[in-house]
Parts: sequence; C-alpha cells; structure tokens
Amino acid sequence: MIRLDKLTKTFDTPQGVVVAVDGISLEVPKGEICVLLGPSGCGKTTTLRMINRLVAPTSGKVYVDGRDTDTVDPIELRRSIGYVIQQVGLFPNKTVRDNICIVPDLLGWDRKKSRARAIELLELVGMKPGEFLDRYPRELSGGQQQRVGVLRALAADPPVMLMDEPFGAIDPINREVIQNEFLRMQQSIRKTIVFVSHDLDEAMRMANRIAIFRDGKLEQCATPAQLLATPANEFVQSFLGSDTALKRLRLIKVAQAMRTSPLAVANHEPLHKALAVSRESGLDSVFVVDEHGRLLGVLDARDNIGRSGLAMEYAKSVRATVTTTSDLRSAVALMFTHDVSVLPCVDDTGVMKGWINHQAVGRSLAQAGTTP
Amino acid sequence: MNLPVPHPPSNLSDPGLPRRASWLRRLATPKPMLKVLLFALLVAWLLLGDMPRSLLAFRKDIVYLTWQHLELVAWASGLAVIVGVTVGAVLSRPIFGRISEVILQVFNLGTTIPTLAILALSMTLMGIGMVPAVFGLWAHTLLPIVRNTYTGLKETPAHLIDAARGMGMTATQIFFGVEFPNALYVIMGGIRTALAICVGTAPLAFLIGAGGLGELIFTGIALNDMPMLLAGAIPTALLAVLTDFVVARLQIWVVPRGISPAI
Repeated sequence: MIRLDKLTKTFDTPQGVVVAVDGISLEVPKGEICVLLGPSGCGKTTTLRMINRLVAPTSGKVYVDGRDTDTVDPIELRRSIGYVIQQVGLFPNKTVRDNICIVPDLLGWDRKKSRARAIELLELVGMKPGEFLDRYPRELSGGQQQRVGVLRALAADPPVMLMDEPFGAIDPINREVIQNEFLRMQQSIRKTIVFVSHDLDEAMRMANRIAIFRDGKLEQCATPAQLLATPANEFVQSFLGSDTALKRLRLIKVAQAMRTSPLAVANHEPLHKALAVSRESGLDSVFVVDEHGRLLGVLDARDNIGRSGLAMEYAKSVRATVTTTSDLRSAVALMFTHDVSVLPCVDDTGVMKGWINHQAVGRSLAQAGTTP
Repeated sequence: MNLPVPHPPSNLSDPGLPRRASWLRRLATPKPMLKVLLFALLVAWLLLGDMPRSLLAFRKDIVYLTWQHLELVAWASGLAVIVGVTVGAVLSRPIFGRISEVILQVFNLGTTIPTLAILALSMTLMGIGMVPAVFGLWAHTLLPIVRNTYTGLKETPAHLIDAARGMGMTATQIFFGVEFPNALYVIMGGIRTALAICVGTAPLAFLIGAGGLGELIFTGIALNDMPMLLAGAIPTALLAVLTDFVVARLQIWVVPRGISPAI
C-alpha cells in the first residue's frame, strides 16, 4: 500500500519559487494500479519520484506499506521498489541476464538463484531465455527492451512498483500488446503500482484508479467508471473529452448489461408461443435455441402474425452475436455494423445467455455512474 | 503468454550502427597497415643495397637505445593514463560544474605549447636526464586522456543514471557499474591518441639528455650520417606502429561487447 500525505515540492528558480506539487494526498490500496494522469508539467512525474526519494519532498509524508519513507535509508528504499522509466535505461554494457539481475545482485542474492529468476521472468513474457539471456540491449527491438525493463523491475519481487510512462516510446500496436501482457501478469503478481501517463486511453485500460493532476494539484481521484460518470469539475470533464459515454462503454462487460428474460423459445415449440413471448416483452425479435440452449435463429414477430406451425420453421439466421466477455463498446459497434436493434449474447460454446439492445446499454451506463 | 515477438532484429551482430565503407575499415584497422609498412621497409632495404650492413653496425646501439626509449615512453604514458583518467573522472563529477571546463581549457593551453618548449622548461626546472624528460612527455600525453575521460563520462545518458539511482545503486556503484564501462570506448580512444603522441615525441627527449632513439637520429643529422639516422628513425617508426596496434587490440579486449562499435 502507498499513501501520500499532503506531499509538496517547491523549486527555487531565478523567477521565484515554483510549486511543482501542491499538497497531494492519495492512497493506493494493495494490489491496485493507480495512474497519475495529466498534461505535461502537471507534477505527476515529480510526485512519482518523491515516492522513492529520487526527489526529496519539501513537506509532507510518503508511506509505503505503512512505513514512513523518511525513516528508511533511500538506497534501501529504492531497492525495495521496482522502477521503470520511459527510456527503459537498460545498461548497454550488460547482457539481458545481468540487466535483469541488477537489483538481486545489489541485494546480495545467491548468483544461482538470481540467474534462475532471470530465466523464469523471460519465460513469463514469452521471450526464449536461450535466445535472449546473452544478448546486449542494442540487439533487442524497442518492444523487447521495454519488456526486459519491466522484468528488471520485477526481478527482486518488490511489492511496490513505480512506472513512469513505461510504454510511451513504443508504437501504438505493440503498446497495446504489451499493456495487455502486463495486465495479465498483474492479475497473478498483484503489485501495488503507481503509473504515470499522459494518455487517457492507456489510463482507462490500465487503472484501477485514476488521479488527474493539474498544475501540481490533484483534481480528482476515482475509478475510471466514476471518473467518466461524475467528473468533479470542468477541467476533468474537458480532459476526458466529449465522448465520455463512448469511453465508458469500454469499461462495462456485456455480461453486466445484458437482459436474460425473456431468453428464447426452444426449436420444438409452436409459433404462437413465440408470438406470445414477443407480445409480453414488447420486442419484435424472438430468438430460437436448440435443446442445449445453443442459438439457432431469430424470427420477426410482426411478419408472422396469424401463421401457424413450429417457431423453428420461421426463424432466420442470426446476423451477429456478441460474447458475454466482450465490452459494451464492441457490442454497440456490432449493432451498428449489422443494423440490428437486438443483439444476442452467447458464451464461448455458443449457448445463448441473454440479449442486449440500446435501452439495456443506456440503462447500464446510468447505473455504472451511481454505483462504482 | 505466447505472444509473437514484434521485431526480431535482422542483424544481431551490429543493429542500428552506421557501417563504414569496408575499404576504409580495413585501412583503419592496424593489422593490414602493419603489413603494408613492413613490406615497404623491406623493399627500401633491398633497393638501398649495402645499407643493411651499415645499419647493422649500429645493432648494439639500437637495442640499448630502444630499451631506453621504451622506458621513457612507458613511464610517461603509464603515469599519464593513471593521472589522466583520474583527473578526467574527478572533473566529470557534478560538484565541479563549470570549473571543470575552465580547468580543461588550461590543459588545452598546455598542449598548444610545443613539446620542445615543454622539455626545455622542464630542463630549466629539473635539470637534465630521465626525470625531466618523462615529465615533459607526460605533460604532453595527458590532455587527450583527460579530455576523453571527461567527455566520455559526461556523455553517459541521463536516463541510465536515473534508472541506476531508481534501482538503489550508490554513487560509487553507478560510477564503476554504469558510467565508467559505458565511457570506456571513448577513454580508450583518448589513450590511443595519447600514446601515439608520446611515442612520436619521445626522440626529442635526447635533447635534454635522456637518451632514447633520438640519440641516433639527431647525431645522424648532425654528422650527415645517413645509416645512423635511419638506425634511429626506422625503430622509432616501427615502435609507433606497434604501440598503436597493441592499444587497438587492447581496446577491443577491454571495451564491453555491448558498447564497442567495432564489433
């Protein structure tokens, strides 16, 4: 856990005293990623660097795992905190192996143990140890260097990590790959992370909590969903942009928003039952499933009034489905792409779990704002 | 997590480094240069007829004076490397700030004084013999080493030092683990230049009574004795080439593989 208490940093310049960070109080719970977000020069990097004392605070306190960092030797403190920077900063004179083992070596780990750790870490990101251990940083691509940079910070298994725009120098496609890779890793390693970024999309993807900075002040600190639903002031609103509703779609899973009743009619049931379902729900489309619950087709109630027979006979094939693990953004995109008003939601095996329409999307957006 | 590796470097040995033209490279590497020179010497030797015999008459002198010459160079350059690297390293520390540039300018000024003048000055202060000669050569050898050490260390990218500090390395660990190894290529470049200067100017030491191969050269000139002059000049030239060759090898051996642009 990391706690900042009225943290302040001022610099004396020839033009007078400049307040870089102004009384920031912030708490990052254990195992969460907190993204410090804001325009350049807003004090987010200075705040980060005060946590491991690369910058000495003018006033205020930093607590890491309950310890006041004032009382800890800065060298020892830094060895217990992972540190990743945008330029990576791998040492060109050392191999990948030795770069990863820097902090374990500083801590005096047994050589065998630290070298085994390097192999284990490389495997974690899908880099073949046999191929990469003895390479020098200049023999790696930008994305590989950045991966090794993150591994180096993880080497001594610190509970806390500081990351200063770690993926900022990578091209957009690889950036997303590495971000997702890191998030997957985070699910198992559960580090407490403070992450500096100026990229809103990155923050939305990575953060459990976003702290928005302006001119050294903390404007708002909230979960991405809260932030988008209830921006604290005009600055936060303008920083988030005019399409907050669309951004929020990304944060909600289909499973959370879909309706489950009425679900569907079975293929052996008669048409009049399907029409009754339609009348009851007010929906024109009725889905038809087989005995295992797998989606077979959809029938339009209006076209079939007065007819008779099995529901199955009148069903047409379904134009689009969405999986329950997708986010609402892709669901809405599918609705527009295929021009359908109701989208069936299925699980990985094709079993129908529910459906979603514009109304359901709208309602879950409204809910997400009130309950974080 | 089996993700495709984005950009496997196509050339592992030398990615992203500008390649010099190969002929230029070959000329710049010491080995072929040595061969060419030896060949030229051999041709000259054969063409000059009875010159070899008259040169060999100086055999004893050549051996004795070459040792003396080497001793001079070894003392001067050895001390220059020790002092130069130390001074360069000390000046590159942030506490010195702008003062270090001023000090380096003073060193620069020192180099503009001709070697002969420095030798003359050290003779007036220390008399004649080995000591003032070593001092004069040392003073002249010093600058490229100090300058390159200072520049090499100063040019350590700021983000490397930031990463090192952020991981909890002490100032000493950063110096020996990051700054110094990364500056080694530049430092070795300075030492190579300095040694070339040192070996080249060492014959002048004879003028203040320190002996060396200069004795044969200057006496040869004074007596208009061509074989004697060559008996001094040829070993001097060979020594210079040999020294450069050895330092170039050393440079490859000493500089970490991740930095050296030669590999």
